[in-house]
Amino acid sequence: MNDLNHIGRIWVYLAGSPLFGLTLTLCAYVVAFLIYTRCRFSPLANPVAISIALITLALNVTGMNYRDYFSGAQFIHFLLGPATVALAVPMARQLPKVRRFFVPLLVALFSGCAVAIVSAVTVIVLMGGSYQLAMSIGPKSATTPIAMGIAEKLGGLPALTAVLVISTGIVGAVLARFIFNWMRIESHAVRGFALGLTSGGIGTARAFQVSPEMGAFSGLGMGLNGVLTAFVAPWLVPIAVNLMTS
Amino acid sequence: MLITFAVLLIFQCVGEGASFLLQLPIPGPVVGMLLLFFALLVSPALLEHMEATATELLRHLSLLFVPAGVGIIVSASSVQGHWWGVIVAVVSSTVITLAATAAVMRIFIPNRPTSVSGQGSTSKLDNES
Repeated sequence: MNDLNHIGRIWVYLAGSPLFGLTLTLCAYVVAFLIYTRCRFSPLANPVAISIALITLALNVTGMNYRDYFSGAQFIHFLLGPATVALAVPMARQLPKVRRFFVPLLVALFSGCAVAIVSAVTVIVLMGGSYQLAMSIGPKSATTPIAMGIAEKLGGLPALTAVLVISTGIVGAVLARFIFNWMRIESHAVRGFALGLTSGGIGTARAFQVSPEMGAFSGLGMGLNGVLTAFVAPWLVPIAVNLMTS
Repeated sequence: MLITFAVLLIFQCVGEGASFLLQLPIPGPVVGMLLLFFALLVSPALLEHMEATATELLRHLSLLFVPAGVGIIVSASSVQGHWWGVIVAVVSSTVITLAATAAVMRIFIPNRPTSVSGQGSTSKLDNES
């Protein structure tokens, strides 16, 4: 009884400090990466998805709320900024190839950006989704902060957009290999660029686990599509929605 | 390693500052990435210096999305209705975009898994993306 009391006090102490969220995040990721390795890096064993599932389970079991968890996990979250900047390094390394593929990259960028927006809006309207839902799903292939900004401007729900961006990232990271293999696409430049453009950061994380070349082109696709979507989505999303609903 | 981190943070700061000052719709880190990209083209020495640490940081890019991902799953329960529509739209749009982008690029690019810089394409994961 006394022992249990002690454990309870230790728990209350630890749960109140940022240490717990940080430890939980790292441990969950280590376990997820072990599973990923055991599955011979199959995209189906996506480490982001497994980590999220493990941590959500742990938070539910312990009854800890997200705010307390994030007070520790924010130290990892913060590194997203420098990591985004660091994407410039592999991109600069692949410069000869980027230069050689300049025109195809540009054409693929514009068509991919438009297809991402129009296909999402079209399907959600066909499925009977509301105007607000369409505005939230339109910018989903851009990186989270860009997509949320666009959704807010258009009168969508930024929080819902964040869910959709992460889901798009995981779905793309999981399915890309099967689609590219089926299309018989072997070039890592093509695979990477398409994955980064479609699935942003989570797609790029997956690409880096396959090869540095694929990662570099994925980072390029993510960066360029983020910028282009920021300019295109604010007028293309309403046009697509109006076309579909009229 | 420390110098690389300092450089990354400096470029992020400059990017955040530029994004704020010029009211850009693009977030600071993305601006910082573009600026660093041009800096690396100007200075190949900086590229050599930063490569090891940057590669190590990017190897575990997945980890960095976990905290935000957990928050999103926790808050997802507050979004009501239309789950089927949303799931169908996300999956189909993702598949269509992947296929369309790759198809457009393939018109122009020779379909080989080779690498110009000679690095990369030797891992056992080739063709298994």
